[in-house]
Amino acid sequence: MSIYRLLARIVLAACLALGPMLATAQVQDDTARDLLKQLVEANQAEKLGLLKEISETGDERARGWLEAFRGGKLAVVEDTGNVVIVLNNRGRDWEIADALSGDNLGEMSRRDLETVRVNNAMRAQVDGILSVIDLTVTDPQGRLDAARNLLGDVDATLAEQLEARLAEEENADVRAMLANAIAIHRLEQGDAEAIDVLSGSLNPTARAALNTAANGDDPALAAAASKALASIEQKLKINHAAETLYFGLSLGSVLVLAAIGLAITFGVMGVINMAHGELIMLGAYTTWGMQQMLPGQPGLALVLSIPAGFLVAALAGIAIERSVIQFLKGRPLETLLATFGISLILQQLVRTVISPLNRTVVTPEWMSGSIMINEALSLTLNRLYVIGFALVVFAGLMLIMRRTRLGLEVRAVTQNRAMARSMGIKATRVDILTFGLGSGVAGLAGVALSQITNVGPNLGQNYIIDSFMVVVFGGVGNLWGTLVAGLSLGTINQILEPWAGAVLAKIMVLVLIILFIQKRPKGLFPQKGRAAEN
Amino acid sequence: MSIKKHVKVGLSALALSVSLSSVAAEDPIKVGILHSLSGTMAISETALKDTMLMLIEKQNEEGGVLGRQLEPVVVDPASNWPLFAEKARELLEKEEVDVIFGNWTSVSRKSVLPVVEELNGLLFYPVQYEGEESSENVFYTGAAPNQQAIPAVDYLMNNIGVERWVLAGTDYVYPRTTNKILETYLKDKGVAASDIMINYTPFGHSDWQSIVSDIKAFGSAGKKTAVVSTINGDANVPFYRELGNQGISATDIPVVAFSVGEQELSGIDTGPLVGHLAAWNYFMSVDNDANYDFIDAWIDYKGDDTVVTNDPMEAHYIGFNMYIEAVKKAGTTDVDEVKDAIIGVSVPNLTGGYATMMPNHHITKPVLIGEIQDNGQFSVVWETPSTVAGDAWSDFLPGSRDMISDWRAPLRCGNFNVATGECGGASE
Repeated sequence: MSIYRLLARIVLAACLALGPMLATAQVQDDTARDLLKQLVEANQAEKLGLLKEISETGDERARGWLEAFRGGKLAVVEDTGNVVIVLNNRGRDWEIADALSGDNLGEMSRRDLETVRVNNAMRAQVDGILSVIDLTVTDPQGRLDAARNLLGDVDATLAEQLEARLAEEENADVRAMLANAIAIHRLEQGDAEAIDVLSGSLNPTARAALNTAANGDDPALAAAASKALASIEQKLKINHAAETLYFGLSLGSVLVLAAIGLAITFGVMGVINMAHGELIMLGAYTTWGMQQMLPGQPGLALVLSIPAGFLVAALAGIAIERSVIQFLKGRPLETLLATFGISLILQQLVRTVISPLNRTVVTPEWMSGSIMINEALSLTLNRLYVIGFALVVFAGLMLIMRRTRLGLEVRAVTQNRAMARSMGIKATRVDILTFGLGSGVAGLAGVALSQITNVGPNLGQNYIIDSFMVVVFGGVGNLWGTLVAGLSLGTINQILEPWAGAVLAKIMVLVLIILFIQKRPKGLFPQKGRAAEN
Repeated sequence: MSIKKHVKVGLSALALSVSLSSVAAEDPIKVGILHSLSGTMAISETALKDTMLMLIEKQNEEGGVLGRQLEPVVVDPASNWPLFAEKARELLEKEEVDVIFGNWTSVSRKSVLPVVEELNGLLFYPVQYEGEESSENVFYTGAAPNQQAIPAVDYLMNNIGVERWVLAGTDYVYPRTTNKILETYLKDKGVAASDIMINYTPFGHSDWQSIVSDIKAFGSAGKKTAVVSTINGDANVPFYRELGNQGISATDIPVVAFSVGEQELSGIDTGPLVGHLAAWNYFMSVDNDANYDFIDAWIDYKGDDTVVTNDPMEAHYIGFNMYIEAVKKAGTTDVDEVKDAIIGVSVPNLTGGYATMMPNHHITKPVLIGEIQDNGQFSVVWETPSTVAGDAWSDFLPGSRDMISDWRAPLRCGNFNVATGECGGASE
């Protein structure tokens, strides 16, 4: 650690004092090449010293070298001894560029390259160096991230530099973070005043430092740290509750998405469709296919997948309805077996035609990561989008069922088929459209699930039981029931999980539903009126 | 070159004349391949079937063995555990195969075990498993816990300085046994019970939010924390994705996995996972000519530039070559003679060393720790100085501490209890 600290001090000093002067400095190419070559071939202990030398050169290319090193992209060509940066390291031939001039050297077989070996410890060192450099960038968010990275990694000399930096810093958030970084160092030195700074912080590193102090030898310090921890724990509890609720809503929205299509085909039409999961799978594979067709634009592909996934699944659903289900009307057992067969056929079809392996669906940049509410509570973005998407899909379906001619006809046909037909409604056409709608919505669920879970042949199987559970619990034939049931089952599951474990939580939820159904066989929101009698 | 070619032609001519002279005895050697090609396990097992076909094809091009060609017999047990036993019976009774290469999950192996023992077959099992088993008819070419789990924990403890442990696994026999072994091992090393968190999840678990959040909380107690993951294949993608989304990087809380290889990573964008670890006995990225040749052959065989190789494939490579050597040594494919001949056989592995079949039907392997890279490959950061011999009976479980396995004469026993001096003396 001491080398890194020394190094951090030097770099910081360089950046703060001599920054503008050194930024344009360049070392001799031969010296740099020599250093980089040694870096690739050195053992771990030597590497630390070399990293120091490289950043001491103050060369403007040093940052690029450090980043290449961090990513394991620095390499030496075995025959010529030339140092290169690997631009693309997939497959057998790698694209490389000269590390010094930056010239693209084309492709070279992996066998002829000796790449640098990096591990987590070295990566952390480089992160430290880069963070110190980043403390002076213009973007306040960049400075904040840099300061956060330094938490827990500050020593006496770096602390002095940070104090100087703190005096110049204008952004309040960055100031607070820097103060925290310094306070953690002070606390490690046994300074009780530092606890005041840290007492409000929800940051895990700050909490870890307080924990260490609370278990330390100094009784006065330990008492103060324990007191600060107690107040933090209180805040954490509230945050934890909010987090659990978010997790619950997120799981719930996934359940709602998976089940809402079934709520139409099973709930409204009364068809037990065991291939529902595979329709979800088709939607997910459509997303993958879209991304294959539009390489480099995962976001656009994802947006286009929404209509495409709907169409593919809807057409598949209509094909299933026309070829099998329509001949089994009113025979639920046969329908169950036939659709189960279809689900197996679809799975194996995907295995043979595409691959038995899972496919990579890329998450677009704007859906990765999380929004930080505070240091202890952050909401993962992909799940936030899924919650929103589920609500939009639900609202859309409600509109169709309540406000359109199709919705009216669907309700009429399901309530009294013979009467509806005698009123001139084409029942067969309504069947096709309804089943297509339900299947299409399953496809939409697949598009959303591709961002959360595996896209593979087994995707559907994992959701079919849950889907039926939600529809039955919510009350067959009632969309609101599906929404409420999905969200509440998700939340109950997430509340139980940390306490009982994932396996037991699932069992408990199932037992709960069985008991509930015993009491209220028609679910949360039973169908009312004459339609319910059939 | 030409001399070599002449010798080759001469040899195959000789083989041909030998085979012509002794008519019926020179049937091809039948190699049964018992891997799921449909159902949930097809994701992992299909590649192993293809590996076997490739190895057999290559061996046949080189003239087969003992002048006889090899003939693959492929069956599909469809990820259905009882069907594994039926298909094994079909291979041994109806097809009369000389050897079987197959199985992935422990439960499928347990289902096949009585059949190969009853019909005296040979089974090469290529996947890392929980140990606590040794059969006269099974050769375990995957890692036993002491060839994977224990060295990985040692690495985390000694090189990374981990003091707090999360043992996370899928809820079935392999993770439960491995975690039991690891828990005892950690406690022996002085880790307090409060510094160990054990968590099990069902197969295909996809909602990791609260578990990852728990791990995050567990890791903020001021001690270096690591996750030892025995989470099964499919559930890993959402697990790693959640880790990335909740901002847990490998420098904060590293995850070391025993079931995540190149194949599993080919379904994920590995950018956010850089630095998380896996322990295996082989990585595709190993810088070695034998390995590069194997990869080239595999890519050519599959005709796809993006296919990957993984640890169980190397295990089949080793197992197949060992079988060939043993048949050459015994001069016959008779099961009992091959069984005796194979003990002590050494063949090159793909990491630049040799693998030897031990008397307990496990093999010697190097243990490698790799860190995930952004291209879906692993970079080796640590390896054992020499190879480690597989231990059928763990030293860290009360019932198996005193057991040894030795299939050589005169002992010929898979569960010899050194305390009581009896064979079959399980002391549970």
